[in-house]
Amino acid sequence: MEETTLNNDIHVKLTEKFGEKVTAVSEPYGLLTFVTYKDVIINVLSHLKEELKFNFLTDITAVHYPGKEHGIAVVYHLHNMVEKQRIRIKVFISEQNPTIPTATNVWKGANWMERETYDLFGVKFEGHPDLRRILNMDDLGVHPMLKQYPLEDPNRVDKKDEFFGR
Amino acid sequence: MNHNHPVFTDNDPQSELVTLNLGPTHPATHGVFQNVLQLDGERIVSGVSTIGYIHRAFEKIAEHRPFYQITPLTDRLNYCSSPINNMGWHMTVEKLLNIQMPKRVDYLRVIIMELSRIADHIICNTIIGQDTGATTTFLYLFQFREHIYEIFEEVCGARLTTNIGRIGGFERDFNDIAFAKIDKFLKEFPKALKEFENLLSRNRIFIDRTAGVAEVTKETALEYSWTGPLLRATGVDYDVRVSDPYSSYQDFDFEVPVGTSGDIYDRYLVRNEEMWQSVRIIEQAIVKLKTEPKGIFHADVPEFYLPPKQEVYNNMEALIYHFKIVMGEIDAPKAEVYHAVEGGNGELGFYLINDGGRTPYRLHFRRPSFINYQMFAPMSEGMLLSDAIINMSSMNIIAGELDA
Repeated sequence: MEETTLNNDIHVKLTEKFGEKVTAVSEPYGLLTFVTYKDVIINVLSHLKEELKFNFLTDITAVHYPGKEHGIAVVYHLHNMVEKQRIRIKVFISEQNPTIPTATNVWKGANWMERETYDLFGVKFEGHPDLRRILNMDDLGVHPMLKQYPLEDPNRVDKKDEFFGR
Repeated sequence: MNHNHPVFTDNDPQSELVTLNLGPTHPATHGVFQNVLQLDGERIVSGVSTIGYIHRAFEKIAEHRPFYQITPLTDRLNYCSSPINNMGWHMTVEKLLNIQMPKRVDYLRVIIMELSRIADHIICNTIIGQDTGATTTFLYLFQFREHIYEIFEEVCGARLTTNIGRIGGFERDFNDIAFAKIDKFLKEFPKALKEFENLLSRNRIFIDRTAGVAEVTKETALEYSWTGPLLRATGVDYDVRVSDPYSSYQDFDFEVPVGTSGDIYDRYLVRNEEMWQSVRIIEQAIVKLKTEPKGIFHADVPEFYLPPKQEVYNNMEALIYHFKIVMGEIDAPKAEVYHAVEGGNGELGFYLINDGGRTPYRLHFRRPSFINYQMFAPMSEGMLLSDAIINMSSMNIIAGELDA
């Protein structure tokens, strides 16, 4: 498989550069995925962009895993348009203090993606030029995509989440 | 300026700047979103975009629904080309479940997706015409959007929010009327599109209004993560259908049109050429369908594909599968998957994490309108108000996709 050798190549290059900061490398459905840490994330992203030609930021989002020590995963999808290769980077950060450096200095397009992630998950992107809510109203008070907030009105008895899968 | 608190000027006629509230319900925005603009005469000094007016928390709702119930949510993203969203979602789940689709289903999907792309581009391009003052073009080509919706109606029963297809294929085969309507469309549409081009492409007024307006370089477009016709108009030949083929797009012979300067005229030309290419793809698909065995409209995966009602009532196995699918008890791998399709406005991505529960653990939509639109306010600075309006139409921002 061509894709796998490509991914392997990137993996080796990243390990050379960042050593133990690149962990949990896997390849679900052919998409190279690894976990890194928030002190090196901007270096990793810049390195991927400048040296390994992942020129395109596809997406930034987050996932909430309640009850874990580092309960929020910030997920970056990058794309190398020339080699037609994608890569996924995850950074797990603490739920109590969800901060991570901003990627807006690497890609300007990260601006709204980070605002959306902040709005829905409360992830504070340090150094972001304009970190405001984007989809919800400013005085909402909560970050609604966190798992502790139920979808339905919690006072209703006829529509408990557990009957509907969660 | 502080973007949190846009400066509202008073109505003093001597005052230098004027504040204009473009939206949330302004006819020129074609959707519910607001821009607070500071104007110096007719020139925009600065702008602040406010979005979220139709935010419906689809990502949250999706965490509470089994896979098959998420399709109607995707309808309401880019509602001008719902079938692309529907099928993008179906293909995401099929990728997760490792379902191999029969070629005939792929080709049927390609037909529907390309028809939606034409419908989407018709809306955008005719509205550019409308906003530059050419109402004729709008009224003239829009009837073909109607014809496309008639085809959808024949295939799935709905027109705008289609909920077309199922995970694993289509809910029923295309009938003869549908094929007849597609044939009629393929016969009539090229003539009308040619006439539409004759009305606009070499029109002096139209070129004066659009050429050289809102130019964007490749570098800026990539920096802002633009995709779709907007990116291609700047000269980057990125199209998900080619770079990451899905639904057997690799079997088709088509070209990816690119522009040079990224201005509004180039975007218009790129979209027009894409309509021609879509027609080409549909014609090829119709030919390819003839060599495929008839009557196959879904993959043979009873554990994931909703059985027909007739069988649910008369067949124990079908009843069990039906119950399991409806209750979200399907045996899906615990994994995460990213799947992208080329939507009307660019790369529409689905990032799905499944933890083995009845519903997705997390589903994120990469919505091209949302990501494309963030450049509107910065690029409007220094532009004439009337140019900014056409710029907005040419970006084809669909409020549903913008806010999710």
